[in-house]
Amino acid sequence: MIGEEGASDASSIGSADGVPRRAAEPGSPRKKRDDRDCACLAPSAVERRANYIIIGLAVFMVVAVGVSLMLGRYPIAPDEAVRMLLGKVFPLDQTWTAQQETLFFNVRLPRIMLALMVGCCLSAAGAAFQGTFQNPLASPDILGASQGAAFGAAVAILAGSGAFAVSMSAFGFSLVAVLLVLLVSGRAKGNRVLVTVLAGVMISMLFQAGVSFTKLVADPTDDLPAITYWLMGSLTGAKLDTNLLMTSVPMAIGLAVLFALRWRINILTMGDDEAATMGIDARRLRLVVILAATLVTAASVSVSGMIGWVGLIIPHLCRMVVGANYRKLMPASMLMGASFLLIVDNISRLATTAEIPVGILTAFVGAPFFLYLITRKKQQ
Amino acid sequence: MSIEISNLGFSYGKREILHDVSISIPDATLVNVLGPNGVGKSTLFRCILCLNSDFTGTILVNGKNVKDLSVRERSREISYIPQSHAPVYDYEVLDVVLMSTGTDLGMLRSPGPRQARKAYEALERIGIAHLAKRTYTQISGGEQQLVLVARALAQDAKTIIMDEPTSALDYGNTVRVLSCVRQLAREGLSIVQSTHQPDQAFLYSDKTLVLHQGRVHAFGDPKDVITNELVSTIYGVNVEVNSLYGDKVRVCVPVQEIA
Repeated sequence: MIGEEGASDASSIGSADGVPRRAAEPGSPRKKRDDRDCACLAPSAVERRANYIIIGLAVFMVVAVGVSLMLGRYPIAPDEAVRMLLGKVFPLDQTWTAQQETLFFNVRLPRIMLALMVGCCLSAAGAAFQGTFQNPLASPDILGASQGAAFGAAVAILAGSGAFAVSMSAFGFSLVAVLLVLLVSGRAKGNRVLVTVLAGVMISMLFQAGVSFTKLVADPTDDLPAITYWLMGSLTGAKLDTNLLMTSVPMAIGLAVLFALRWRINILTMGDDEAATMGIDARRLRLVVILAATLVTAASVSVSGMIGWVGLIIPHLCRMVVGANYRKLMPASMLMGASFLLIVDNISRLATTAEIPVGILTAFVGAPFFLYLITRKKQQ
Repeated sequence: MSIEISNLGFSYGKREILHDVSISIPDATLVNVLGPNGVGKSTLFRCILCLNSDFTGTILVNGKNVKDLSVRERSREISYIPQSHAPVYDYEVLDVVLMSTGTDLGMLRSPGPRQARKAYEALERIGIAHLAKRTYTQISGGEQQLVLVARALAQDAKTIIMDEPTSALDYGNTVRVLSCVRQLAREGLSIVQSTHQPDQAFLYSDKTLVLHQGRVHAFGDPKDVITNELVSTIYGVNVEVNSLYGDKVRVCVPVQEIA
């Protein structure tokens, strides 16, 4: 047949051009296959470097915690701190003063824990959103979580509630805002990713208007400063109480889900259709990732107020050092975010006698740093 | 493996894209789909992949109705090679290939050494194992397309759908990608791809499907299907199909340029 001849001829044209051919037949000897495994399964230099960096970030976080304990008007030595912690469980000789113990358990420890938790959550949520929306500019509040929380907190402050009720209200409204966004985007036509982000912007604006209104009607001597201060974002409220424990539960759940799904977020960044042909139900996965990221964001915002920039810049910084693969990026973002917020919070409580809200500082650090990042990239 | 399409119809709103499409693609066949822009080639592919699931008629892949399969089950039957495109983030080539190896993994699991080996073997089979640790966004367009072919192989599906795999590639890369694809068809895979070049169909297809006005205009051996009249009809350009090298190759030449 002419057809077959034509085909074989074409193949020879192909091979002359250096066409890729299979290196090995399927039934190649077992030994050869084993040799090849060694070559392909050894982690590359990039991968090894990423692993070292993640270990380095973990060590750095521990060091940062130690240093943070010593910073402040009443320093606590890290070994003292460890002994105080162990003393809660084992009977130890008390080598520390009662004042030190009070300070450690009621002030320093909760504050450090909160900084680590919030930093970790915001960075993880930011990284997750940047992946699910295939948008490097996404941040944890892209779907209105922060504005929803702000509105919830403002309403609770207006109603004269205590700190616990303010947190719960913020948490609740934060979830409501994001659920509204998902509801709207589920009904809208067109590019799902784009529609979701647009709905997020709109719902954010709606809640922002609500916040403005509560400010307008708030008592200017009492409630208004409280609302304004809450909006600035601060970790001063940290106490080892039910509030902290209750926020740590949704945080832990959300972080665990994001960590477990980190490899799948890679596939989402290729787009829904491609993900679907690779066996991933992109819509369902995106929903799960959004819910997990929202859970940690809402929990963070409800206890710390609005702390911007962490969730945007930390994943970018991590991407520069460990690469784009979410298997490495997610743990790196969590660790670096925790250390970052801890360090910035140290500056916030120590730089001046009256504390500067940490939300202001992260913006001061974050915005110029981000500008540096994007201009640096252009030069390459 | 085999694809059986019967009475397929698809409309976007009131606009009918595909009408009564019935074709049968046997195992180990390389099919080239020809047709002008907007004729519904991509829509046909999206229906086979069930990305457009509200079509009428039935599509059986390996004897299974695509509508009855879950996303995950479907991905074990058919894989898809999109046009090469730059992802937002810089992944390593091996990581890109690994993305398709999760079809038999638990929801919360990440691929391990077994999947890495499968991905690496797919790259070897295409002959681009040396790219494994390179950054996907920094290799050439042709190499990217080959990586996507490897990714489809690592998925272990026996049917591959390619939507204009070479439209963005230069001549050398086009030849490299297409001969690689034909080789895979000879090794037993069914591959359906679309193209804008009738010449390519002569060299790189066992069967040619011509879509015109949403219907199957012709389906069969490219040498029987691609004629002067057919190309004139579907593309509105007068061509002369000429044979070269004792009819081993045929080419289409626009008549107006040689008159």
